[in-house]
Amino acid sequence: MPHDHHDHDHPHTLLPPAPALRVKALETILTQKGLVDAAALDVIIDTYENKIGPRNGAHVVAKAWSDPAFAQALRTDADKVLSELGYYGRQGEHMVVVENTPQTHNMVVCTLCSCYPWPLLGIPPGWYKSDAYRARAVREPRAVLADFGVSLPEQTAVRVWDSTAEVRYLVLPMRPEGSEGLSEEALMDLVTRDSMIGTGLAKDRS
Amino acid sequence: MSAPEPVFEAPWHAQLFALTVHLNEAGHFAWPDWAERFSATLKRHGMAKDLNGGDDYFTAWLETLESFLAEVDMAAPETVEEMRAAWERAYLSTEHGKPVTLPKSAGDGAL
Repeated sequence: MPHDHHDHDHPHTLLPPAPALRVKALETILTQKGLVDAAALDVIIDTYENKIGPRNGAHVVAKAWSDPAFAQALRTDADKVLSELGYYGRQGEHMVVVENTPQTHNMVVCTLCSCYPWPLLGIPPGWYKSDAYRARAVREPRAVLADFGVSLPEQTAVRVWDSTAEVRYLVLPMRPEGSEGLSEEALMDLVTRDSMIGTGLAKDRS
Repeated sequence: MSAPEPVFEAPWHAQLFALTVHLNEAGHFAWPDWAERFSATLKRHGMAKDLNGGDDYFTAWLETLESFLAEVDMAAPETVEEMRAAWERAYLSTEHGKPVTLPKSAGDGAL
């Protein structure tokens, strides 16, 4: 080689981790074949990083708390109601809303991979995708809840729903006591992401 | 309240995610088929150790996408390896702070 690329006077750019280079390789190959458009990839990343997140789900929950007719429509045909609000699309089809009551606490897992209602909650957190959660949520849901700092009254049953590529669940948490009279906007702040997965409860009004 | 967690732990997780969603949107595969393949990979990887929801998870995702693309002749494993090596050389020969680009010749064999 006439020219040595390893010029130690100028430290080279930090090498990304091995899988990152494999992803880059796929992207380059598919782009060269005209199958992928880099700008479209940026739009997808921006959407999931900045535009879609648990605020969407919180909006739905707060609305259900404030408006009994909306809550009823949500129970009957969630897909219809959610698409009217604009919360539909990739991994948001076939939504089922499961409602927490003093008798039943609902919790969602995907034992197969990571099915999750993206349009309502965004990208799942790391723990949702871990083997630890995926295996334990079904086997010992109360222990998992305890890890999240949630303890339920003994008479409350825990029901675990296994999301799939076809059906995804959103937990409708119980409305916190003392939240009467709050606006929809203020109620939204009480709805955490975890409360809609069922590993948390809605926040008390502080 | 603590600061919100980043949506993706590493940039390559985001790139890989976007690439897969893009291919799905373009109609190259149906999402339930993807979920089936991906869960099979996760299951296989999960036999050796408890997978975390970050690098382990996306490593399984990457392997699933690579094998799918190989199967449908969209990206052959040898081509991917050549391209990966080309990117590695590009990084190692680019001065720190300068944008890393592939030499024009890279990928000529890919088409």
